[in-house]
Amino acid sequence: MRTVVFAPTFDGWRVAARALLVEGVEPRSVVWQAGDDQQPLLGLADGQSADATSPATPDVMRVPRRFVEAAQWAACHRDAERWGLLYRVLWRLTHGERGLMEVAPDPDVHRLLRMEKAVRRAEHKMKAFVRFRSVEHEGETRYVAWFEPEHDVVEHAAPFFAERFASMAWSILTPGVCAHWDGESLSFSPGVPRSAAPGEDELEALWKTYYASTFNPGRLRPGAMRAEMPLRYWKNLPEAPLIAPLLHDAPARVRRMIEQRSEELKRPPRRTRDT
Amino acid sequence: MEVADKLAILADAAKYDASCSSSGAKGRKGGPKGLGSTEGTGICHSYTPDGRCVSLLKILLTNVCIYDCQYCINRSSSSVRRARFTVQEVVDLTLDFYRRNYIEGLFLSSGIIRTPDYTMEQLVLVAKTLRTEHRFAGYIHLKTIPDASPELLDEAGRWADRLSINVELPTQENLDRLAPEKKLVQITGAMTHLRDRIDQAKGDAGPRRSLPVFAPAGQSTQMIVGATDATDATILSTASALYEGPKLRRVYYSGFSPIPDAASALPVVPTPLIREHRLYQADWLMRFYGFGADELTTREAPNLDLSMDPKVSWALRNRERFPVDVNRAPREDLLRIPGLGVRNVKRILASRRWMSIRIDDLRRLGIPLRRSLPFIITADHRPTLLGPDSLDLRDRIAPKAAQVDLFESAVAATHGEL
Repeated sequence: MRTVVFAPTFDGWRVAARALLVEGVEPRSVVWQAGDDQQPLLGLADGQSADATSPATPDVMRVPRRFVEAAQWAACHRDAERWGLLYRVLWRLTHGERGLMEVAPDPDVHRLLRMEKAVRRAEHKMKAFVRFRSVEHEGETRYVAWFEPEHDVVEHAAPFFAERFASMAWSILTPGVCAHWDGESLSFSPGVPRSAAPGEDELEALWKTYYASTFNPGRLRPGAMRAEMPLRYWKNLPEAPLIAPLLHDAPARVRRMIEQRSEELKRPPRRTRDT
Repeated sequence: MEVADKLAILADAAKYDASCSSSGAKGRKGGPKGLGSTEGTGICHSYTPDGRCVSLLKILLTNVCIYDCQYCINRSSSSVRRARFTVQEVVDLTLDFYRRNYIEGLFLSSGIIRTPDYTMEQLVLVAKTLRTEHRFAGYIHLKTIPDASPELLDEAGRWADRLSINVELPTQENLDRLAPEKKLVQITGAMTHLRDRIDQAKGDAGPRRSLPVFAPAGQSTQMIVGATDATDATILSTASALYEGPKLRRVYYSGFSPIPDAASALPVVPTPLIREHRLYQADWLMRFYGFGADELTTREAPNLDLSMDPKVSWALRNRERFPVDVNRAPREDLLRIPGLGVRNVKRILASRRWMSIRIDDLRRLGIPLRRSLPFIITADHRPTLLGPDSLDLRDRIAPKAAQVDLFESAVAATHGEL
């Protein structure tokens, strides 16, 4: 068995995987052990010879773009087995199964695609559920959010926020890593506790008014709501505390509407107002 | 009246419009001085317990209306409280919500005040102010008023991503009864006018722009289901004509739900949620699976079967077309197999170039085998007694009654139990 200590990022894994592939080390004899973050370790590759475009790279390194795309997403998954899986798929792609990425029902590919899907979904939910709170600081307005992503998607999602909120100064604080935008460039800093984030924004009262008013008590589908807005996100959504009372009051509201109608049907028709 | 009070009234008044989609706009950025962007797919920023997504700030400019459409909470004869936003109030709310990432943009509609042209001018003014004064590049959906002048409709399209005119009911006879001011001919005429402008703008459009050229996300509409006795066959045939003629992007189906102070011409019934769901499934089959509206219902049964997916229904009526061999059949035949979605059909087509597909492969793709197996052949499976000829097939593949209830039923909708 070979224990490989590597930086647990896509780039760190790629450097290590390339070296193993060149050596011809089979997937079943590798133990992937995440090292301290950021720096590629062990001097496995000096960057030059490991560069896929350099002449030194053997042809076996050429893999379908679809694999690289899926692997970049899957690398952000929190399943510890992702690194071994990535290397196994890479090995198979470079050892006679070039079309493997198209075989979605294959157990390895299936698992890789499921991981990719889960991370993409977590990134999408981050774009959806981040809630900024405005903070006045030295005469400047800054928008600050606290968010707890399901996978390590902050770096993936940050450019979206930079584009969308280009003219605002904002920070998204999370337990793992924080993203900041000053109007010109993105930067990242280590994670912080929740207490570092602002506790309220007076606009949330209006947002809650909107949320409660746009809800239709005549059609309850809490299961559909939870499927798309999983419970894990509720604690950071200002509107979520309204869900229980809205659900609780809905049947009585509908009953009142129906009873009111039944009463009305017994009365003679009302004259229509002139237009 | 405070803005919060107006918001409560005018969001409540707008919620019977099912559409909240922010999709269909091409990717767009507001640039360093602007605010906002759009993505092709849209984002749902929240969900309410009715299972609907909250993507846009969906409000009316005012719920005062000179029309008296019977199904509408805002009709002139209703006793609901009335309110009216100023243009500036809507602009500020949109920007404030957007900056906090609550929404993708604005869906603005209105009761008809004074004249259709006056109302349309006010809606256009909101969109124009957002786009020009605030360089707002988020999503804007404007409700268009069919009898407003063509110049105003054209201007609406300049600022909006999506335009919509609700037909509300599938036939003129239905409209005459419940919404006498609405004329189907006028509505489809306005839709056709807008289609021409959208097509024309598509030809002119350059690469990425910071503002829409002309309603890049196209047009949508809504039909109310269950307020009249119109059959699903009629509703689907009207929908199909709208997809083909004015080339609508989406038709929404809104199960008629109890409203406060409802008019006496309307039924007093819980929202027909299952029927609405079946109509959406049928709509999907027409748009993405190659089904024609006339294949989904029959003369004897003009309404969709509430107990099963319309594709399963169709397969049971057309058993001679099965079993289909998933390792050989062309795409259009795979799309007609119960339980197979567009994405899995694509995966099957790609993977069968490299391998022979077996039952376990389908299971890993997440295909519901109970529904699919009677209709297919795989490398290790051929339906025999269990196949399309067996008499009890319908009972075996139809969802059990309990599951239907769990999913969503009219009973649960009124009592709030799931």
